[in-house]
Amino acid sequence: MIRFDHVAKQYPGGHVALRGVDFELADGEMAFITGRSGAGKSTLLKLIMRMEKSSQGQVIVDGRNLSRLPRRQIPLLRRRIGVVFQDHQLLFDRSVFDNVMLPLRICGHDRYEAARRVRAALDKVGLLGKERLNPIVLSGGEQQRVGIARAVVNRPRIILADEPTGNLDPELSAEIMTLFDQFNRIGVSVLIASHDLRLITRMQHRILTLDDGRLVSDGVTPAANGTERSS
Amino acid sequence: MNSGKRTRSWLQEHRETAADSLQRLWRQRLGSLMTMSVIGIALLLPALLLTGVSTLATLGSGLQDSARISLYLETGVSAERRDALRGELAADERIRGLTYISPEQAAEDFSRYSGFGDVISALPENPLPATLELLPVSTDPQTVEALADELADRPETALVQVDLAWVQRLDALLELGRRVALALALIIAVAVLFIVGNTIRLAIENRRDEIMVVKLIGGTDAFVSRPFLYTGAWCGLGGGLLGSALLLLLYALMKAPLQQLSTQYGGVALEDPAIAMPLLSGGLVAVSTALGWLGALLSVRQHLDAIEPR
Repeated sequence: MIRFDHVAKQYPGGHVALRGVDFELADGEMAFITGRSGAGKSTLLKLIMRMEKSSQGQVIVDGRNLSRLPRRQIPLLRRRIGVVFQDHQLLFDRSVFDNVMLPLRICGHDRYEAARRVRAALDKVGLLGKERLNPIVLSGGEQQRVGIARAVVNRPRIILADEPTGNLDPELSAEIMTLFDQFNRIGVSVLIASHDLRLITRMQHRILTLDDGRLVSDGVTPAANGTERSS
Repeated sequence: MNSGKRTRSWLQEHRETAADSLQRLWRQRLGSLMTMSVIGIALLLPALLLTGVSTLATLGSGLQDSARISLYLETGVSAERRDALRGELAADERIRGLTYISPEQAAEDFSRYSGFGDVISALPENPLPATLELLPVSTDPQTVEALADELADRPETALVQVDLAWVQRLDALLELGRRVALALALIIAVAVLFIVGNTIRLAIENRRDEIMVVKLIGGTDAFVSRPFLYTGAWCGLGGGLLGSALLLLLYALMKAPLQQLSTQYGGVALEDPAIAMPLLSGGLVAVSTALGWLGALLSVRQHLDAIEPR
């Protein structure tokens, strides 16, 4: 579903964020990316979203080589990926319902069908009763769940999340991770960047560890200190 | 999803976006009204000039086809010779119409139209000459000039005046007016593009976060641009409506004096505004809306690319 072949990313100005990263995430697989801040986690996700372009190597998502993806095709790529942000990126000028509706409006779905899907997504994250509220009145955990509902409402085959529990207490964080686990169980590929080692180790999924732009470990346990190289 | 459903949802998306853009303009109604006023007043200028030129053209059209020769007779000419001249000129093939204005008639007309009636009646005798108003068959300036020269050579003639020169001058002035209106319209169209472009630039800046999110979840450029294009078109429409309302108001105020002026210059009735004015004001609204949309498009092209999710 996602494949990185010798991917390097150097930002304008010289900062090297990724150095020769190779990995593959199979269809329906769930994995975490961890590492210290600045290790390249966010850059890796941005390459998959085609928010950035790799300097070297190939990023292949759902069979498409992103280095050769025309600019006009980028929106279509992003519609196949559900994305969740640490700061959830909700729009506070509209209701919870309208926030979750946005990806379906973008795709031009029939409104009646779309409204049904929005309610189903909100039901899934446990916020059906709050669809008419403005997200600004919700708690941090609830806002993040609105963000997840928005990411899954279009039934993407891939979900990406960048530090989705970064602002939440451990209990809420575990709830959020459980949600991602449930989506993975119905066949969605999930890739989550997180530095919360304790939490992600408990989840029993594959963990990729980045250190200074290099992939230093790949397995169900994170690299101790990020120095040993497995796989 | 079948194509009927897709078209319907596309139409619904447009309707909602248009309504949302309008609501946003309403929420900032003072600023919106100012933008629309500037557009309306700017476009009013060339429209007003064009109205003036067409009105003058209508007034002048009574004179256009009739190059007129005024032949003023010497005061000493006897009634017999005068009548003989009338008969001769009436028979002339080059002349299609002849009106005799007696000195008494001339004095009456003068006092009626000039407002200096008292001056005439205060004089011991009527100083005005008898006049023959001739309408030549040809309107060609050279032929008319030749005829006038011939008439000037007659012993009965005191003075020959050809109105053709005046008609030509009016024609040239009207043409100049039309061109000035066109040039002004073009300059103002560019100004309106800038005005709308700036309004849209601010609107884009205000909705930066939203644009970022929409781009991140797969919104195409068309989807991202749409609300701003509607905002531009609404601003243009509002400006156009305001401008054409002002135009109709000013025309209504000036119609009566213009009609009076027209009556004095040979009584050409002003074209009923029911024909020309709706066309002009409708055109103003259409052009203004189109300019609003175009200004927004140019602004969106320039500024939207700068907002890329990072």
